Amino acid sequence: MTPINKVKVMLIFPSMLAAEPISYYLVKSYDLKINILKAYVNYNVEGRLLIELEGTDANIKNALKYLKSLNIKTIKNGTGTYIDFDNCIACGACIAACEPGALKLENDKLVFDGTKCLECRLCEKACPERLIKNVFNQR
Amino acid sequence: MAKTYKEINEKIAAGKAVVVDAEEIIDIVKKDGLKKTAEKVDVVTTATFGPMCSSGAFVNFGHSTPPIRMSKIYLNDVECCGGLAAVDTYIGATQPGEKTGIEYGGAHVICDLIDGKDVLLKAYSPGTDCYPRKELRTYININEMNEAYLYNPRNCYQNYGAAINTSSKRLYTYMGILQPNGQNITYSTAGQLSPLLNDPYFRTIGMGTKIFLAGAQGYVAWYGTQFKTSVEREPNGVPVGGAATIAVVGNMRDMSTEYIKPAVYEGYGTSMFVGIGIPIPVLDEEMLKYLSVEDKDIYTYVYDYSDRSSEDNIIARVNYADLKSGCVEINGRKVRTSPMTSMAKSRQIAAVLKELIQKGEFILNEPVMKFPQDNKLNSITIREKSKRK
Ligand code: SF4
Ligand code: SF4
Repeated sequence: MTPINKVKVMLIFPSMLAAEPISYYLVKSYDLKINILKAYVNYNVEGRLLIELEGTDANIKNALKYLKSLNIKTIKNGTGTYIDFDNCIACGACIAACEPGALKLENDKLVFDGTKCLECRLCEKACPERLIKNVFNQR
Repeated sequence: MAKTYKEINEKIAAGKAVVVDAEEIIDIVKKDGLKKTAEKVDVVTTATFGPMCSSGAFVNFGHSTPPIRMSKIYLNDVECCGGLAAVDTYIGATQPGEKTGIEYGGAHVICDLIDGKDVLLKAYSPGTDCYPRKELRTYININEMNEAYLYNPRNCYQNYGAAINTSSKRLYTYMGILQPNGQNITYSTAGQLSPLLNDPYFRTIGMGTKIFLAGAQGYVAWYGTQFKTSVEREPNGVPVGGAATIAVVGNMRDMSTEYIKPAVYEGYGTSMFVGIGIPIPVLDEEMLKYLSVEDKDIYTYVYDYSDRSSEDNIIARVNYADLKSGCVEINGRKVRTSPMTSMAKSRQIAAVLKELIQKGEFILNEPVMKFPQDNKLNSITIREKSKRK
């Protein structure tokens, strides 16, 4: 039997595309179990969906291809935590906030490991430059 | 063989000075030794980019017709000091906004001015015979003002205590977020690259030393407030824990927000990241010895921020090599560490200053006044009655 795998994927889709039919096709055509973890849809700008896909490797791979063909950006292990890296001064204040260890400095740059992020949102408060946001819950 | 400022400056002017930064010098000295390196290298650049609360700016708005003697002054709804002459003010970096609170305060006003943005000036006065106007409301930017200069009374700490929190409650401090039960430590210095750690006895840094201040060529104006030189020192001369500071001054029109930025610390307030670079001349081998100091030989104390009622709240003594590694051992337990000072920005400033000197665009200035060598700190003794009869 082919092993069943689980991946967490962040989907960023254009404004016109609704989430509903996508999840339908993911279930129907790719035989995936899907679990919507978080959703944020701003009809004028873009939508974001954090989902867990469960299925065979091949089906997951094909499903991701299908999503890309619809112009949907997919980020594996994505979270709602969004860091404006362009303006980050690598001060390190957010690292103190992050108990799960998703943030660290490497070669003078801040690096973020989405697989460890629990979206506790403490780093948002810690950043003195106010560069961290949660795309699902904008303040 | 000793070098003078004059000789070094002649080399700089001719574009022939050998300049390295305070991190590069460590390996060069290890490889070539003190004697040879002291002959070869002329200037070592040091830098830091950390939150420095004791910062602010003097500005003069120019007069309106009819004139006003401003006694209450707001810039973008942040109150500025009204206790000076008619149209002079001091913008304190940590002043919170009237409506915006700590999210937009004095530091934001200062940086908006540096960016050339229009800010809203509101001023009030009781009105006098010579200054009849009682109210003024206008937009103004830095180019329309007379003077605008940064004057920071206490910057560039020589060393600073690290912070931990042993209570069961999370703390929001100027040292950042401190997790409960001693789970993390924060520290704030650029260590081996930091200016005052490379000149522990102030041989070359004094009043009049020319510095890189937020992109401008500024000066050390005086010794900083809470200046402490009578401190515990390592054999290499480096103080353990908080020590000396400097007051700095520079023209805001020459500054860039690439090197100075507002900062907001949750639950504490507004502050300002100030970028400072100080070139140190390699006058002789003794100076070079100070300049080759390494993180592993710079120590500080870790203070428990959950207990601010006594001064006896030291948890451990650690060095910066360990602090910068991301994890230190305290009483047999691993505690993660993180900085408050940006090493990335500090290194960028040290590199920019190095290039300016190499190109002959930054000449060194010999200090005109040395700083006190034996200064102690006073603290407030709370008393009910005046001592005066
Ligand atoms: S949201 Fe929480 S877990 Fe995620 S990076 Fe920020 S502090 Fe870490
Ligand atoms: S606290 Fe903000 S500016 Fe500092 S490293 Fe983190 S994201 Fe970058």
